Amino acid sequence: MSFPWAKHYEPKQPLMRWLDEKLPLPRLVYNAVGAGYPVPRNLNYFWNFGVLSGVALTIQIVTGIVLAMHYAANGTVAFDSVEHIMRDVNAGWFLRYAHANGASMFFIALYLHLARNLYYGSYKAPREMVFLLGVVIFLLTMATAFMGYVLPWGQMSFWGAQVITGFFSAIPVVGETIRVWLLGGYAPDDAALNRFFSLHYLLPFVIAGVVVLHIWALHIPGSGNPTGVDVKGEQDTVPFHPYYTAKDAVGVGVYMLVFSALIFFWPNLLGHPDNYIPANPLSTPAHIVPEWYFWPFYAILRSFTADFILPAKLWGVLAMFGSILLLFFLPWLDPSPVRSNNFRPKARIAFWILIVDVLVLGYVGGSEASPRNIFMGQVSAAYYFAHFLIILPIIARSERPRPLPNSITEAVLEKHGGTSPAQTALA
Amino acid sequence: MATVDNMVPPGEDPAPYLEPDHDPRRRDFLNYGAVAFAGVGALAVVVPLINQMGPSADVLALSTTAVDLSKIEPGQGVITSFRKQPLFVRNLTPKEIAAAKAVPQSELRDPETLEQRTKAGHENWLITLGVCTHLGCIPLGIHEGENKGQFGGYFCPCHGSQYDTAARIRKGPAPKNLFVPPYTFTSPTAVTVG
Repeated sequence: MSFPWAKHYEPKQPLMRWLDEKLPLPRLVYNAVGAGYPVPRNLNYFWNFGVLSGVALTIQIVTGIVLAMHYAANGTVAFDSVEHIMRDVNAGWFLRYAHANGASMFFIALYLHLARNLYYGSYKAPREMVFLLGVVIFLLTMATAFMGYVLPWGQMSFWGAQVITGFFSAIPVVGETIRVWLLGGYAPDDAALNRFFSLHYLLPFVIAGVVVLHIWALHIPGSGNPTGVDVKGEQDTVPFHPYYTAKDAVGVGVYMLVFSALIFFWPNLLGHPDNYIPANPLSTPAHIVPEWYFWPFYAILRSFTADFILPAKLWGVLAMFGSILLLFFLPWLDPSPVRSNNFRPKARIAFWILIVDVLVLGYVGGSEASPRNIFMGQVSAAYYFAHFLIILPIIARSERPRPLPNSITEAVLEKHGGTSPAQTALA
Repeated sequence: MATVDNMVPPGEDPAPYLEPDHDPRRRDFLNYGAVAFAGVGALAVVVPLINQMGPSADVLALSTTAVDLSKIEPGQGVITSFRKQPLFVRNLTPKEIAAAKAVPQSELRDPETLEQRTKAGHENWLITLGVCTHLGCIPLGIHEGENKGQFGGYFCPCHGSQYDTAARIRKGPAPKNLFVPPYTFTSPTAVTVG
């Protein structure tokens, strides 16, 4: 694991030496996020979002444990217990707004982390396993966020639970039985609310476990970098601490500024006002939408309007899950040996079109299901799948990448007007 | 001063990193300043996380209890609740008052007179929490027919603490007299506790 020139942990204080002999935990931390982990010297700020996702997970676990001390998962009192948190519990409003907006911040960090991954080809060998574990974390986080949104037991909570568990009823023959089993009833009620609360508390710790695997898998090949060129020697890396702890700290500072602005000035900006209406099983809200981070997937779900061999409902559900499961095959769908889109002129254009496409899907998913929006969603959904299944494989085989730098150091020095010792020698 | 950040990244000019003439260096100042600032912020965040476990506004709103004394005959007691804790309200008989006053202060573990534990002019009204000062059980003796202990007040069944007719600890492991909460007479036959 790691590079041969990685620094070794040498505790100076007797106490740390004693501890390290009995339980090498300080050594583990040192090698994972300390000076013992050599990192390419040219990372830009897009490499902050892994750490920021970890910060978001920590904030969600801490605020969530605290909120669970006041929340009651029972249909008759759940909504009131959330209002009790908002009005009566000391600083309860702060903790709840931090948790609700913390979820949005988590997804902002996750999506930027994923976009960084797609642009710089981080999913390619030798980091496929890092990427696959990342997609697992993404799926677990979506499940956790969905169940968390049900807990306040407002109108959007209830109808969100109704719609999402309705996905399972699209499964042929046994679908309805599975849905009733998942809910423990025919509509969301106490049984569903209690199991969602139980799982909402459990899954973050499962996520934390997969995060450990994600980082472990990352540390085998080491971090990627914006050039996509492999580390060639010690001159290409700097120790994680203090160089990237400091750089990540800047990112955490900016992250906290945005987070604080949301909590203190626009706490309900990203929420839906209907969720302040208590759940009513006999009245569906006029315009039902999931949280913003699900909008692109919701748009794909709604794009299937006609039966074609299979019922439209089943197509929608398959496509929605497929849009994420597709990512599991990405490392093999894009066989280009060049990782970074900085050196892939066509793939770079395709990447930006994909970003616009996902934003359009997000807009459609958050808007009313009008004919115009449905059509936009259908085109965008088709493009989304075409990007991964057709466009990217073709580009990988047909484009001529720009010449790669010989090393990370050469790329860095070139950027600053210098040349590498190797090039100087050649000249 | 600093050790690890003296490192010069490979291939870079070492001059700006050394600054041999300055100790502490500007970088040290920035380092300590940034960490201290972040530390203060982290501490500020800990405040609400700890504070949330204190009594919430709706719990504090329950902190007064009104008691109607008009139906309590001498020798009788009632048990009601104050802040979700049992509250003993007892109308002492003249005999019980005399017994309480007869005890010399030197014999008491937690010396207090009956006058100190009741309101002037209402010394027959003994109002205390029904929470044993040992480990929090509810002592017996407020209801008729219960064991009042050898001093005629209260007897805690958990660990055998005995209280006298002024609810003062006389025997057993409890360290203090039963707690007298703050209360006022709103009329001759009504009190508000809390």
